[in-house]
Amino acid sequence: MLDSVLFYFFGGVAVVGAALMVTSRNAIHSAVFLITTLLATAGIFLQLGAEFLFIAQVILYVGGIMVLFIFVIMLVRLDVALHHIRFRMKSLVVMTVFGVLAAEAGAIIYYARALPGQGLFIQNMAPADKLAPNSEKLAESLFNSYLLPFEIASVLLLVAMVGAVVMAKSKNRTEES
Amino acid sequence: MNPTAHAILVFLQTWWVELVCGVVIVAVVPLIAGYVVLVERKLMADMQARLGPMRVGPHGLLQPIADAVKLLIKEDIIPDQSDKLIFWLAPVISMVAALTSMGAIAFGPTFQVARDINIGILFVLGVSSLGFLGIILGGWASNSHYSIIGALRSTAQLVSYETAAGLAIVSALLLSGTLRISAIVEAQQQAGVWFIFLAPVAAFIYLVASIAETNRAPFDLPEAESELVAGYMTEYSGFRWALYFLGEYANMIVVGSVATTLFLGGWLRPFPNVHWLAWLDWLPALIIALIGVYSIHRAGKQPVKVQTGFMWAVGLACFAVAVIFAVPWFVAPLKVIIPGLNGAFWFLLKVSAYIYVFMWLRFTLPRYRFDQLMHLGWYILIPLAIVNVFSVGIAMLLETEFGVTRWLALLLTTIVTLAAAILLVRWHDKRTESASSASLAPESYAG
Repeated sequence: MLDSVLFYFFGGVAVVGAALMVTSRNAIHSAVFLITTLLATAGIFLQLGAEFLFIAQVILYVGGIMVLFIFVIMLVRLDVALHHIRFRMKSLVVMTVFGVLAAEAGAIIYYARALPGQGLFIQNMAPADKLAPNSEKLAESLFNSYLLPFEIASVLLLVAMVGAVVMAKSKNRTEES
Repeated sequence: MNPTAHAILVFLQTWWVELVCGVVIVAVVPLIAGYVVLVERKLMADMQARLGPMRVGPHGLLQPIADAVKLLIKEDIIPDQSDKLIFWLAPVISMVAALTSMGAIAFGPTFQVARDINIGILFVLGVSSLGFLGIILGGWASNSHYSIIGALRSTAQLVSYETAAGLAIVSALLLSGTLRISAIVEAQQQAGVWFIFLAPVAAFIYLVASIAETNRAPFDLPEAESELVAGYMTEYSGFRWALYFLGEYANMIVVGSVATTLFLGGWLRPFPNVHWLAWLDWLPALIIALIGVYSIHRAGKQPVKVQTGFMWAVGLACFAVAVIFAVPWFVAPLKVIIPGLNGAFWFLLKVSAYIYVFMWLRFTLPRYRFDQLMHLGWYILIPLAIVNVFSVGIAMLLETEFGVTRWLALLLTTIVTLAAAILLVRWHDKRTESASSASLAPESYAG
């Protein structure tokens, strides 16, 4: 019962937040609603017993949003954007996408009822303290089974970071000279 | 019984301890924050050879309550051109993040609000860093230049110093091998030594970075009074301002608790494994009783009769607390709560000591210039923290592979890290000297 309530609470917050993020006219408001959605998703992760994923979501996405705020404040001219960018409900594309998504959600709800033991109300949640500690599990699989892909991804990110620094530096130099 | 009531009953039966603790945190932390402010003002007065607040209560002991009442009944101003929703939301985010992150801190072997979650230390750090959103949103929503400059400075500072703090924490986590708060403290008990002695450089980096993260002097650029009025909270007044203030002081307690857990041995007493020092377990009751004796000794010297009575009350309250600490030793069934009580005492004592260092530095050091702050973060602290993580890792490797004792290995790596630090500082000084001699123009001010 409680699991269902929490799940639908987080899910509802995530969906409403996402909708408001797309439709709000102010970029900062959009960012705030994005945070709401991300935190609600993190809550669902926590409910699934994936505590490491939860905290990674909080730390990484909040860090990302921090940069997003700076972009909005520094780069977007809010007063101009307010007059030009409008969310139009009448657009054909919007209506089509909305219809498809609504049909999909309806189908899922309809068929989920028929699945054995499950339904709209979650019945058998595994108790969180019975699961294996998943930060250790994640570390084991990252550093034992998938070491090479992990290292490749790290090097890729490092290259991107160094590239960004080099680009910023060379621009500064040309300005000075 | 209908299912909803049943579910609520089950919920309360399962979670009542956590709920009560949560309510206690929300109720008590504002009071503690108020008294931390009083201690700060008293300390500042002491270091500047003044008396500080003396009027409200004996030695100003009721000052925080007077301040709180003043802030509550002050006019609440919302600027006309501000973004109302976000202006309203920002201080709330700031405070809620700080209070929520307190939930996972273990104040003693038995005092913990949330259950002992597997990612405890990450939870505290991650959730308390959400409080930054309150700062930048408040700065932006105020629609004022001072506020936005304060908020942008705060962001730049946080991005720079959170990296160093994270790397410093990594070296302590390497030593403990877990993210669970209770296990980190137990690892220090097993090692027989606090991690500050095994990784002193990491502890120092965390100290500096945590001052920068809580926006306190000498890194208080986001709210530098002499430059930005009050930085990101320039436009805030009354209760909203109080929420920001509360969030800031609660954050100080959070970083103090993290440092205590990681580096200062959490709730362990000094020398937890030395048996002939077991009398230290009596120290909490003794110290509190001594404070009571001192209060009563001072009671006769108060200028006003009311204050004499108040000092007596303080002294007797101290005696009552001392009795609570002492009674379990004599009553057999209560013996189980001794570790909890003493643990909470030692933990809070260490956190207080950490916050005292914060205040001491605030009244001692002048404020950094913004480019100096950035240089310190990026050119010195972050490289140093990376070197430190490497050296702690090598020390652990030496220990497991070659059987070198932990002490020797860590001594060596600390020397290596300090040598790296000296090199970095000298290199940086040389660079800045050559840069300033090359062009007389000052370096660009970010933010």
